[in-house]
Amino acid sequence: MFLHTETRRILTPFIILGLVATPLLAGGLYVGWPLVPSELQRIIIAVVALIAFAAGNAAYLVWLERKVAAHIQCRIGPKEVGPFGLIQPLVDGIKLMSKQLLVPKGVDPYLFKVAPLLVLVPAVMSFVTIPFSENLVARNIDIGLLMIFAFASVNVMGILLGGWGSANKYAIISAARAVSQNVAYEIPMLITVITMVMVTHTMNLNEIVMQQDGSVLDWYIFRLTTSPLMPVAFLIFFICSLAETNRAPFDLGEAESELIAGFHTEYAGMGFGVFFMGEYANIVIGNSLAVILFLGGWQSPLGMEFGGWLGFFLNDGILWFLAKLYVLIFCVMWIRWTYPRTTLWGLLNLSWKYLIPISLLNLLLTGGMIKLWPYLKTLIMGAS
Amino acid sequence: MSELARSQNQETFVLNLGPQHPATHGVLRVKLEMDGEYIAKSEPVLGYIHRMHEKMGENRTWAQFMPNTARLDYLGALSYNQGYVKVVEQAAGIEVPERAEYIRVITVELNRIASHLLWFGAFVLDLGGFTPLLYAFDDREQILDLLESVTGARLTFCYFRFGGLYNDIDDDFITGTKAFIKRLRKRMPDYHNLVTNNIILTKRLKDIGILSTEMCRKYGATGPVLRGSGVQYDVRKNEPYSVYPEFDFDVPVYSECDSMARYMVRMDEIEQSMRIVEQALEKLPDGPIMPEKAPKIIKPAPGDYYSAVEAARGTFGVRIVSDGTNKAYRLKLRSPTFSNLSLYGEASEGMLLADALALMGSLDLVIPEIDR
Amino acid sequence: MSGYFKDLFGGTKSLAVGLGITFKYMVKPVVTLQYPHESLKMSARFRGHIELIGDEETGAPKCVSCGMCERGCPSNCITITSEKPEGAKRKVLTGYTLDFTRCSLCGQCVESCKFGAITFSKEYNLAGPRKEAYIFDLKKRLEEKSG
Repeated sequence: MFLHTETRRILTPFIILGLVATPLLAGGLYVGWPLVPSELQRIIIAVVALIAFAAGNAAYLVWLERKVAAHIQCRIGPKEVGPFGLIQPLVDGIKLMSKQLLVPKGVDPYLFKVAPLLVLVPAVMSFVTIPFSENLVARNIDIGLLMIFAFASVNVMGILLGGWGSANKYAIISAARAVSQNVAYEIPMLITVITMVMVTHTMNLNEIVMQQDGSVLDWYIFRLTTSPLMPVAFLIFFICSLAETNRAPFDLGEAESELIAGFHTEYAGMGFGVFFMGEYANIVIGNSLAVILFLGGWQSPLGMEFGGWLGFFLNDGILWFLAKLYVLIFCVMWIRWTYPRTTLWGLLNLSWKYLIPISLLNLLLTGGMIKLWPYLKTLIMGAS
Repeated sequence: MSELARSQNQETFVLNLGPQHPATHGVLRVKLEMDGEYIAKSEPVLGYIHRMHEKMGENRTWAQFMPNTARLDYLGALSYNQGYVKVVEQAAGIEVPERAEYIRVITVELNRIASHLLWFGAFVLDLGGFTPLLYAFDDREQILDLLESVTGARLTFCYFRFGGLYNDIDDDFITGTKAFIKRLRKRMPDYHNLVTNNIILTKRLKDIGILSTEMCRKYGATGPVLRGSGVQYDVRKNEPYSVYPEFDFDVPVYSECDSMARYMVRMDEIEQSMRIVEQALEKLPDGPIMPEKAPKIIKPAPGDYYSAVEAARGTFGVRIVSDGTNKAYRLKLRSPTFSNLSLYGEASEGMLLADALALMGSLDLVIPEIDR
Repeated sequence: MSGYFKDLFGGTKSLAVGLGITFKYMVKPVVTLQYPHESLKMSARFRGHIELIGDEETGAPKCVSCGMCERGCPSNCITITSEKPEGAKRKVLTGYTLDFTRCSLCGQCVESCKFGAITFSKEYNLAGPRKEAYIFDLKKRLEEKSG
């Protein structure tokens, strides 16, 4: 078999569990098994679909990244494996799985093995609250926004434990950098999110999207009457999500040319694969939030309804959500391949001296506009 | 900031930027004693690619040593060819025809542009920007194709001969070079907009890696490192050789002494090299490329000769001690990067690791040339 | 204070300009060659390993075994064996071996040959499993080429 002994030892119980549980669950759901309530059935299907979405994204965002990078650099990316290189991620996954899960001597065994999971699991958990469409939410939690940020904070712990538990000086340096980076960039992100919550009066993500019903001009990014700095708030949120997920130009954590591979230097095979999946899942979560909060979520930018098959494409729904999401992800990749890396001081300066004052200013302005806009509106309406 | 950090933290750890590292271009080992993120002490360790070129010079005839000169600094090999050929011609009293001198200048300057383009790409790659490398390589590919059509090689050129050249150039080369210069002139603003004016890069390079003028003089740094610290010294202007006095070009000098100054010196040098090539192509005379009475066996008169040329990385000097036979008695190669690297130990004290690597990139190191 | 705003607005503008440039290159056609589906033709002066030139009529190598190339090579790559048959005026080449593992393509051999017997070939697809694959028997190659 091409899988290494240790990988086989770890994977076998899960495979057996999956093989036993899937027919049971599927059969039970089919016959409407009375012991399984319908809500639970729905959640099980939704969670399986979300894990598949996360895994599929992790695999195919790599393909997209390699293609975008290639075309920016005037070359073609993967093209031999499958048409347009589409089978490449699967082959890379098989390669990662067939490698030995090396645990170097002198590492802390529990921290070393747990660290990748701490990066992947919170991101996948956060998918539960994201509304892909009006009815396609795994669980429409009322404090959905808060839950996502709570889980995002666990991400930095994964990096720190991975770096520290690796018993490698390069990894420790990178972990220390990553912690200060994440702390610095959570603050403007949360201030911006607080500003949005002030505007939307709710933390339920599906309701936030439904408040942006209408045309393009109803999206929060263009609603300058709630705050004149709304596009700037979107930019701040976007930059902070780049920094939270350790993407270039803020990728000091895994600065390839300086620190080999940073906090995941000592991880081989699927350990590295899990870190990788976690990074891409975090990117998807961060950009989904940006789409939901600012760009109208699953709302279509056209103000009107269509019928028939045209309506299938152009009405509100999951296709618009995915389109906006992938445009933002393309921008993330575009930025990665254009700019060099910031230094630690440049990065912290940007956050503490530029982003935090601007986001605080935005918060004040929004608070002011919320209170004053009704009076200003009557003044303007009265005058005209 | 570093004083405070050092006084509070008594512990330092040794980090080995080993011979295998993405940022040290070649097999250079740097032993760093780190105080957190700051460098307390650094010591470059050389010799991992010592191939005994100078010893080979003693066991090969004068003509047989030619391929060795290209393997020293493989990115700017034609300047090294020129340095060696010049000192032997000086020793043996061989006259070079004018057409050969013009073609030598054209090819050397094209090679200088190629070397600086590669340096530009690799430097920005060290800083984390992956794309300009490939744009620079696209331009460099045009130069290498042109030089291959003339010399037959792309990297390790063995093109100059004592008294002239191996092959003559043809019209395709001349039209190709003119087209290339036009193309590169159009692309240079893209490089400046994408990289030079980028705020992330300016924050990374301005006021980082200060190499004061006394430090450069103390360690004998030459080339863009010295010119980025305010000293106007270029062998082509200060000790002119070949037909350089006939061309009108500037020597860029910046006095800020930081990494940005060295970067700008090299970018401006690309522009000046293009000017030289244009002027040389216009003034190219007809004639032979080897002297009529080229000596078959070179036997310079016994004596001690030295001569220097301006390579892409600094002053490349060759000293030969001849005892009248057909082999050198002693052949000494003065490598510019060796002197440039020797100031790294003093310059990088107290710097952040990332800044120290930016400094190393701005010194433009090619390790095979240091170790010979 | 003025530096603050200059950094903020100037910096943002430089970042946007940079993005524009990479977008411009992204939509341009690729500049790479899809080797091995397409391959390049080498230029006329390309230096592959040397090969013997055969005489137009007889097909025999023009080499007269003078040994200039052997002596001129800096790396002792060339080995020539020859014999002088009974009653012949000059030597006849019996073996010409090139050790390509040491050759630096300097051109001393080609330049020092006064009989026009060797030249550079255009071979560049040379991948072999063993070192012995690079000890070329040039006389045999010439015979195989002329058929």
